[in-house]
Amino acid sequence: MDTINLSEKTDWEFIEQVQKESGQNISLCYQCGNCTAGCPYTNYFDYPVSMVMRLLQAGQKDIVLNSKAIWLCATCETCTTRCPCEIDVAHIMDTLRIIARRENRVSEKDIKLFYDSFLDSVKQFGRIYEMGTLLMYNLRSGHLFADADLGPKVLTKGKIHFFPKKIKGADKVAQIFERFQKRAKRHG
Amino acid sequence: MADKEYAYYSGCSLEGTAKEYDMSLRLVMKALGATLTEPHDWSCCGSTPAHTVDHVFAAALAARNLAIVEKMNVHTLTTPCPSCLMVLKKAHLGMTGDESFKNEVNALLDEPYEGNVISKSSLQVIYEDIGLDAIADRVTYAFPDLKVVPYYGCILNRPPDIAQFDDPENPIAMDRVISALGVEVRDYAFKTECCGAAFGVPKRAMVNELTHKVLSMAIDAGANCIAVACPLCQQNLDLRQEQVNRAMGASFNIPILYFTQIMGLAYGFSPEELGMDMLVVSADHLIRSRMPIEEYRKMKEAEAAQAKKAPKAKEAKEAAKTEES
Repeated sequence: MDTINLSEKTDWEFIEQVQKESGQNISLCYQCGNCTAGCPYTNYFDYPVSMVMRLLQAGQKDIVLNSKAIWLCATCETCTTRCPCEIDVAHIMDTLRIIARRENRVSEKDIKLFYDSFLDSVKQFGRIYEMGTLLMYNLRSGHLFADADLGPKVLTKGKIHFFPKKIKGADKVAQIFERFQKRAKRHG
Repeated sequence: MADKEYAYYSGCSLEGTAKEYDMSLRLVMKALGATLTEPHDWSCCGSTPAHTVDHVFAAALAARNLAIVEKMNVHTLTTPCPSCLMVLKKAHLGMTGDESFKNEVNALLDEPYEGNVISKSSLQVIYEDIGLDAIADRVTYAFPDLKVVPYYGCILNRPPDIAQFDDPENPIAMDRVISALGVEVRDYAFKTECCGAAFGVPKRAMVNELTHKVLSMAIDAGANCIAVACPLCQQNLDLRQEQVNRAMGASFNIPILYFTQIMGLAYGFSPEELGMDMLVVSADHLIRSRMPIEEYRKMKEAEAAQAKKAPKAKEAKEAAKTEES
């Protein structure tokens, strides 16, 4: 592990930003490791969640926002449930994803693409059109045959709709997206 | 407002890959005297993807639905989907606890949400509002061979401040509901361990390993069926079971039933009505093993009588032997 010179490389603004946006007090973490012990994804993380917390305390913006861990977190809430300091750790991970997305640093592109395909369906139809979401993801990610083996199984069960069902208020839902985008622009 | 009336927010999955959850839940609720009314023109709650964009935006997608329910003549919303539930509750708690957050969310909406809707999972409604006695009263069929482990998934009971229901580490509501049906429930260590469903599409290899653990632990617990309350868990464990077998060199063949399907079978509904044919891993052998409760009781009585007779017959035989000698 690299040595970090804290007096030179601590980004105090970043610490403040994460605390403000998440509403959590990062300095409460005393590194007990309970979050990491229960995290089902820790084997796949580049930095275990307790280390993300420590890096945050040290204001290591680049390492944290470029990490895979913040995208591989599934918000299963085990860390939040078990934190003895009552820090909402999952909410901090959520906040870090939001900041990373805003700054256009996404270390796990496929995960973001899947989320985007999902949200596009919501914007267009008001609800999730499962088939369309999957196809859109396959096209965008280049994984053209992702889950193609499941096709026959699902189709013969009559569970998947071939055509999207648009709700009446789909335009109202789309307006939520548009108002949010305008607001985001205003706030920079 | 009449008793047991709910706004029923099914969520998008229950219109597609989890259709059988919707079918079985509606039947069971009706059988137990609860009325479900679908909010007019509800929209997607935004689920996990919206939470990666912005908290106000995510709350707005959910709160559009809360605002619709607020205008209905019912004040309790029930949703079978834990992901919808979490998002709806987070929006509600965030908005009622912070005036400025509420204003920011409402600024994105056409109709504001004022904060008057209580959201409960359908499991919570069945367990708390309907209750175990009523659940047991309606049973007409027994399952002598069924051994179930209830799998709650990661967010039905967590985090506790938001879920406000059951225990976050060892939930028991589903255990008790299934036990009330007279079905054997086994202890299960992975009740709340995350199965990875949210990454099923983009992170296949990772999810195969997580799912493998959840399935293995069920087999170790001696189960021949996993009961679930989450459409994403069900899809992951059932539809993807063969992918897990192939990737991990396993040979799982364990049916994944919605707890409402088990209730429906115990109440005598037909497999078709409950969408049993929509399961990928067949549960036909389990369905065939059900028998009318009267027949089951007679069988048990006969067995007990036989057990009583048997020692007597043995005694008589031994007595005869002594006489002979």
